[in-house]
Amino acid sequence: MAIFKRKYFKLSLDQPTGKDDETLWMKCKACGELVFKKRVRENNNICPKCGEYFFLTAPERIQMLVDPGTFEDISKPIGAADPLDFADQGGVPYLDKVKKAQEETGLSNEIIVGKASLNEVSVILAVMDFRFIGGSMGSVMGEQLCHAMRVAADERRPFILVSSTGGARMQEGILSLMQMAKTLSARQWLEAAGVPFISVMTYPTTGGVQASIANVGDITLAEKGALIGFAGRRVIQQTIKQTLPEDFQTDKFAYEHGFVDRVLKREGLRQELSRILRFFAGISRQRREPMALRILNSGRSHER
Amino acid sequence: MSDKRIVELERKIRELRTFSEDGIDLSAEIEKLEAKLQTLKEQLPPVPAPTTPDEWDQVKLARNPKRPYTLDFIRLMMDDFYELHGDQMYADDAAIVVGLALFEGETVVVVGHQKGRDVTENIRRNFGMAHPEGYRKALRALKLAERFGFPVISLIDTPAAYPGTGAEERNIGGAIAQNIYEMFKLRVPIVIAITGEGGSGGALGLGVGDRVLMLEHAIYSVIPPEGCAAILFRDASKAPEAARAMKVTAPTLLELKVIDEIIPEPGEGAHTDHETTAANLKEAIRRHLKALERIPLEKLLEQRAKKFQAMGVFEELEETHARE
Ligand SMILES: [Zn+2]
Repeated sequence: MAIFKRKYFKLSLDQPTGKDDETLWMKCKACGELVFKKRVRENNNICPKCGEYFFLTAPERIQMLVDPGTFEDISKPIGAADPLDFADQGGVPYLDKVKKAQEETGLSNEIIVGKASLNEVSVILAVMDFRFIGGSMGSVMGEQLCHAMRVAADERRPFILVSSTGGARMQEGILSLMQMAKTLSARQWLEAAGVPFISVMTYPTTGGVQASIANVGDITLAEKGALIGFAGRRVIQQTIKQTLPEDFQTDKFAYEHGFVDRVLKREGLRQELSRILRFFAGISRQRREPMALRILNSGRSHER
Repeated sequence: MSDKRIVELERKIRELRTFSEDGIDLSAEIEKLEAKLQTLKEQLPPVPAPTTPDEWDQVKLARNPKRPYTLDFIRLMMDDFYELHGDQMYADDAAIVVGLALFEGETVVVVGHQKGRDVTENIRRNFGMAHPEGYRKALRALKLAERFGFPVISLIDTPAAYPGTGAEERNIGGAIAQNIYEMFKLRVPIVIAITGEGGSGGALGLGVGDRVLMLEHAIYSVIPPEGCAAILFRDASKAPEAARAMKVTAPTLLELKVIDEIIPEPGEGAHTDHETTAANLKEAIRRHLKALERIPLEKLLEQRAKKFQAMGVFEELEETHARE
């Protein structure tokens, strides 16, 4: 088993995360053009030449969404454990993989949860980072998501989840599967508190996360270029032995089959969230009982 | 093989323990029985220590085509079964069966995956791999149970939810998510039993309840071993290694508190004796339902949520602000 002293640090948006990047130019994988990196960053990680979307890291995503200076990391100080003593084919222990991901991303975990203002509306935000072992959901992500929903319910702040994940973290075996149930059990708190939950699916939102918390928002948005589905393309192809249609599991596919309310361009996401939040602006003042309880109570008022 | 009297005593102690969980003090009785059990055990010749079963052997046992399937368990455990068909939206998915049943004279709702016995039936039942309409049919049955206060028994035996185009077009992930969420809110007791293959989200889509039981040679995993092998070991034929790495058998799951109890299988496994297997499962379900019925609803739902809230293992870390 790997033994190393791990520290937990909170995310600060003022500090750069990850390894220093010295190259000034990058080649766009879609159009092949050489583009100036700074220009790409200023353009929300979209290719200025052809409009191709590149990954957003979690810190970049948060920066893009929240009002400057308002973000506060509220994650719990926890890190991955290795209950199964898991090593993959190369014999690399799971926790070594975690440590490597921490070094490469400069993040403690694959998800960041925090408080922030979005166009002056205070929200709880949970953002996954695909660079960190595919943004996969293990015990840590499950706990952080529950914690975020607990705070959102207690403080009656809207909850926004931005998914970017391959699904369950296989290295944690059955416990990773159980995070699907764990996070869904916590989703009840939002419902009971009357707190809205906006789920944003980006590239990719698949597997165990697509089959759990990402799929139970009050409003579900897909970012342009998202990949949305449960089973992997390769697995499906092997099973049905047919080539899949070009648009299979794309943003367009998800919209046409009715999984998501809207598909949005990256640059419009912040404005769209802000617009949606306006409809729920009254919730903090109303402090009403959740629908389910009201229905139940209305039927038994004579007993009191 | 253990002595019959020992089995009987152990069963009795288990039963008393279940009652104790509801706050009735039976510790004196339990202690007495335990002392008796100890003496009995000391009188018997020593049994060789059980060897840890190989994970891959267990996978093969769990997939044995002669194992009892959901409809066999229903036939052997229930007095009557009235199957309901269709999700009332799209289709009837034969990979999942649902219906009303009489269990020890009480009405229950049963939901479960169903594999086929031969090629024809397997094609019809899609090898127990359900589509979204299967999960929606199950949800319909769960809601029916809730309306009338019938307890739910869910029997799990599926390789996985079906990875196909139709399943994806109709949002299989969404159907599974919806079921899991609704099972947390369902206002009746739910007992889950993993009887064969507990394959990933396809299993969990029927797998949230107040008690989770597991047959001795059943498996439960986040992804089928072949899938894990293909991704992490880059070779689907490394499934045995993947199964060993993921640890998919009942003892590990009990240790991780994902399941509550292991139901013993007779002889070489359930496939050798359907009747005894079903009798063992029936005894456990009856015992747990009895205990669950005594818990007030609000408390039951709270306990159900807390049970799954507690699942997961992580490390508490020291917090710093400066990065090294
Ligand atoms: Zn380009």
